[in-house]
Amino acid sequence: MEWLTSFFGQYGGLLAQGTWDTIVMVVLSTLFAYIIGIPIGVLVTITAPNGLKPRRITYMVLGWIVNIGRSIPFIILLVALIPFTRWIVGTSLGVRGAVVPLVVSAAPFVARMVEQSLAEVDPGLIEAAQSFGASTWQIIYKVFLKESLPSLIRGASITFITLFGYSAMAGTVGAGGLGDIAIRYGYQRYQTDVMVVSVILCIILVQVIQTIGDRLARRIDKRQ
Amino acid sequence: MIEIQHLYKIYGNSADAHEAVSDLSLTIEDGDIFGIIGSSGAGKSTLVRCINLLEQPTSGRILIDGEDITGFKGKQLLDLRASIGMIFQNFSLFQQRTVLQNVTFPLELRREMNREAREKRAMELLELVDIADKAKRYPSQLSGGQQQRVAIARALVNGPKIMLCDEATSALDTRTTASILELLKRLNSELRVTMVVITHSLAVAKKICNRIAVLSDGKIVEEGETLEVFNNPQSQATKSLIAYDNLETAGE
Repeated sequence: MEWLTSFFGQYGGLLAQGTWDTIVMVVLSTLFAYIIGIPIGVLVTITAPNGLKPRRITYMVLGWIVNIGRSIPFIILLVALIPFTRWIVGTSLGVRGAVVPLVVSAAPFVARMVEQSLAEVDPGLIEAAQSFGASTWQIIYKVFLKESLPSLIRGASITFITLFGYSAMAGTVGAGGLGDIAIRYGYQRYQTDVMVVSVILCIILVQVIQTIGDRLARRIDKRQ
Repeated sequence: MIEIQHLYKIYGNSADAHEAVSDLSLTIEDGDIFGIIGSSGAGKSTLVRCINLLEQPTSGRILIDGEDITGFKGKQLLDLRASIGMIFQNFSLFQQRTVLQNVTFPLELRREMNREAREKRAMELLELVDIADKAKRYPSQLSGGQQQRVAIARALVNGPKIMLCDEATSALDTRTTASILELLKRLNSELRVTMVVITHSLAVAKKICNRIAVLSDGKIVEEGETLEVFNNPQSQATKSLIAYDNLETAGE
């Protein structure tokens, strides 16, 4: 008990700041990754050979971009993007500096997740919507996105947790956050207690996010 | 009136082309319940999808009330589809929408009514098909027959003069089939909506169609008054459909 008081007296502020930094970093990058990833995922679905508006070239080029984005290891992307990050947000350090590489690496991942969710929509529903005179745009937002919403939300919690893992790596280039604390104190200074507590905080955060995602998906899903 | 003239629908390229519909001509009069029957792969689905241009015909003409629709594009195409109702074998209801929201869907697309007017109109249709009490439910909470009733309400909400029924009772049991067919018959006479009914089942055709065409390999092999065709079948395709139907009935 005494140990706890003295431990949090000494490191409480640091860990609270780290938790907050991690949350901000991951929430922002998930958000931006979806802003970029949803249109790409939709476009890939629509332009596919058996899609609503088959466009061979667009489909192939988008597929390449997404695959290239997904195949570069995050740690390499992180360093390689430093000039780009500076140009976009003015710095390559801190939470702001970490968001850019996180978004760049997550957007292609999100695009594939979205594509996967949309593929689960019954083609019969697309045909039915067409038979009532729905335009392509109406089919996208009234059928594809609406019908796959529970699946999209499940995908979002997976993305969030994946980015959570990446954000620890971003710590190595001075991004801050819980991962950064675990590495700096635990790995570099042999302060096992700080490392263990930051890892426990990570575990709690992941559990909370997964639970919220699952509950939300289940609540809005009207299929039995 | 729907006039189909020398219609072709060819899939694939010239090397291995498949004629799903081949030089097909057919006239469907206003107020008909017109059956298009044939075994699977005969081209029934393709043919009916040419009428609302879900399938683009390769060549030939389709006239609806004298106007050739085959060249329709853009808004004209969407308006044409909106003016023709359609129901499907697996109902194709939107799972994340309530029954009421399913029926308002075609109205939402047109943006001509506000929400209140759309819901009022949808409720009228739900009452017409006797399922108004389920308006707030979701499709997954309904039986197959109830779902098809909702789909029928949705298909009629724009007040179409033509309704296409694609194997509408194939996923239903015998009793539910009978009640859905009863409903279609009643709607045909109350609303004067012309129905094009695709089915592989002679029993369905006998029960509601006043005229039928028998399709085989994308061609019409026989056409006429329903009873006439059944009592005096001319083609091999019709005869084998009847033989198969007798076999099925005997097994029940």
